[in-house]
Amino acid sequence: MQFIKTIAVSAALAATAGFAHADETLDAVKEKGFVQCGVSQGLPGFSNPDDQGNWTGLDVDFCRAMAAAVFNDADAVKFTPLSAKVRFTALTSGEIDVLSRNTTWTMSRDSDFGEFVGVNYYDGQGFMVPKSLGVSSAMELDGAAVCTNTGTTTELNVADFFRANKMNYTVVAFEKADEVVAAYDAGRCDVYTTDRSGLAAQRTKLSAPDDHVVLPEIISKEPLGPLVRHGDNQWGDIARWTLNCMINAEEMGVTSANAADMASSANPGIKRLMGTEGDLGGKIGLGNDFCANIIASVGNYGESYDRNVGPDTPLKLDRGVNALWSQGGILYAAPQR
Amino acid sequence: MAMDNSTGYSGVVNSGDLPDKPAPIKTDGVGPWIRDNLFNGAFNSILTISSLLLVLYTLPSALNWLIFNAVWTGGSDACRANPDGACWTFVTSRWEQFLYGFYEKSERWRIDILLVILAVGIAWLAWERTPGKKLMAFFMLVIYPIFAFFMMYGNEAMGLPIVETPQWGGFTLTLVIALSGIVASLPIGIVLALGRRSEMRIISLLCTIFIEFWRGIPLVAVLFMATIMFPLFLPAGVTFDQLLRAVIGVALFASAYMAEVVRGGLQAIPKGQYEGAMALGLPFWKMMRLIILPQALKIVIPGIVNTFIGLFKDTTLVLIIALFDLLGIVQASIADPNWSIKSVPYTGYAFVAIVFWICCYSMALYSRYIEDKLHTGHKR
Repeated sequence: MQFIKTIAVSAALAATAGFAHADETLDAVKEKGFVQCGVSQGLPGFSNPDDQGNWTGLDVDFCRAMAAAVFNDADAVKFTPLSAKVRFTALTSGEIDVLSRNTTWTMSRDSDFGEFVGVNYYDGQGFMVPKSLGVSSAMELDGAAVCTNTGTTTELNVADFFRANKMNYTVVAFEKADEVVAAYDAGRCDVYTTDRSGLAAQRTKLSAPDDHVVLPEIISKEPLGPLVRHGDNQWGDIARWTLNCMINAEEMGVTSANAADMASSANPGIKRLMGTEGDLGGKIGLGNDFCANIIASVGNYGESYDRNVGPDTPLKLDRGVNALWSQGGILYAAPQR
Repeated sequence: MAMDNSTGYSGVVNSGDLPDKPAPIKTDGVGPWIRDNLFNGAFNSILTISSLLLVLYTLPSALNWLIFNAVWTGGSDACRANPDGACWTFVTSRWEQFLYGFYEKSERWRIDILLVILAVGIAWLAWERTPGKKLMAFFMLVIYPIFAFFMMYGNEAMGLPIVETPQWGGFTLTLVIALSGIVASLPIGIVLALGRRSEMRIISLLCTIFIEFWRGIPLVAVLFMATIMFPLFLPAGVTFDQLLRAVIGVALFASAYMAEVVRGGLQAIPKGQYEGAMALGLPFWKMMRLIILPQALKIVIPGIVNTFIGLFKDTTLVLIIALFDLLGIVQASIADPNWSIKSVPYTGYAFVAIVFWICCYSMALYSRYIEDKLHTGHKR
């Protein structure tokens, strides 16, 4: 009956003027009992359904971590798969509470659509070419036919890159990644360009993956991160510190396996992280053990990375710049104190 | 011979046997059939040979890929080892997902029951010698949709946990959208067609505007507007079920087409039928129900089924508004990195094509059967 009630209420309210809600997301989420999280419609390693129909991936893990932070239950989350075009509308209209959908953090998006709370994957656009082309640098691609997706920033980045370097190119653009790969594999273009994580994922679909090489140039910055609606600072803080908690946990060596033991650690930093000291969780409207719950049920950032996109997965992505700052990467979370 | 002469008969008499005539050209059997149908003339012979070559050129490799060289058992590793054949294990390992989408696992029996009732109901209505057709039709068209809604969505009072519509998916969702569209579009279409032909100016104008509006915009635009623009008109925090929006959009879109198909049938009924009905003193609705519509709808069965089939295939467009119908769920599954293999996307799309073809062809077969059954004077 709730379904019909919703319809009736929507119809009634549709006639009246809308007004903005602020500082209410946490209450609303607690009341309905789950976090509504927007993810992609299927991006290998970031959000895709597995054999059992459960959503898995790096972006999905962030959603589960938020559920763990609020409810101490990583399954108290519902996923709304969104296409690239409808993702921001879904967020601003309130259909979802948080958007965790490999979304590049840009200034215009940050001001127009929502508040980015951090970066959970540093990506960048790269090029893949067949080894037989004999090219070792993107600067040698003058006159190439470039396969890419339509409607994303990748197409614009290619245009910028070739124009800046005064080179000519032809675009062969497709709607879906599968089509792009098929076209590239069939030799309809010389170069395949997309985010480097995407190149890794699609490479496994080529007839002879080893005959292709990813060029060293990275022509764009694609910091991918989750975002929430503007105007609700508390909910934004919860999302931000969910992400920071996972990164800090990796830095301090707290994993899902040792979380229970670490709770009794004497290290003051770990104590604050696990909430056995201080009242950090209370400041954002959560329990003090919110971070401990995230680590226990979802794991730290490194665990999530290894499970979804790391070297042991079919994607085989090295940590690269996504390693911790202390290990040569640029992953750096503000301290929890 | 002597008798002929004695009676004075002066006709020409052949002496000896006539030469043998050539045997008549054989007209039955395989050989003559081939000659008459496939090689009667140079142009047709060329066509036959080139079609034959085309089939010989494509069929073996298609069958090889689909069947003989395909991977039928094992996991993703088996497919990775054999990239040049269809990877059917991808389908078999996920068929539940393709059928139910993300529907709660413990509640899937509810869909099973609905599917069984649906199959029995359709068979009941389709088979000629079953009793109680009217009662069954009423049940399937009126009670079943309501029952199906409560079964699928759930009802706490009935002890069925709620399963939100975003969790509906797969082939079930395709059926939900297509069947609601089909069941809604025929009556709405008939009313619109009658309205457009009405002599009441305002009604006729309104129906024309409605039909031309919905017919004039692409379905993709309808779905986009329903998904993207509609929420912006609502106050923040108020949501309107996404699936319902899509179903309403699809149904209205299909009824505009249906209206024009039905109107075509109405145009074909001679004026004498109307006048005869009116002379009998039948009021408007009785005239329509008893005289005009039975004839008009019979004429346009091919058009109606054409619209149904089009509608059934159009349901795949809902994947752009993030509803996972059969095609959507297959595409999402292709993104699983564990199945990131060359043959998997092709297999997925081939599977979807086969399922859709079976559904659409059954509809076509049934319509042909109905046409044969009802033909009274119009059939050639």
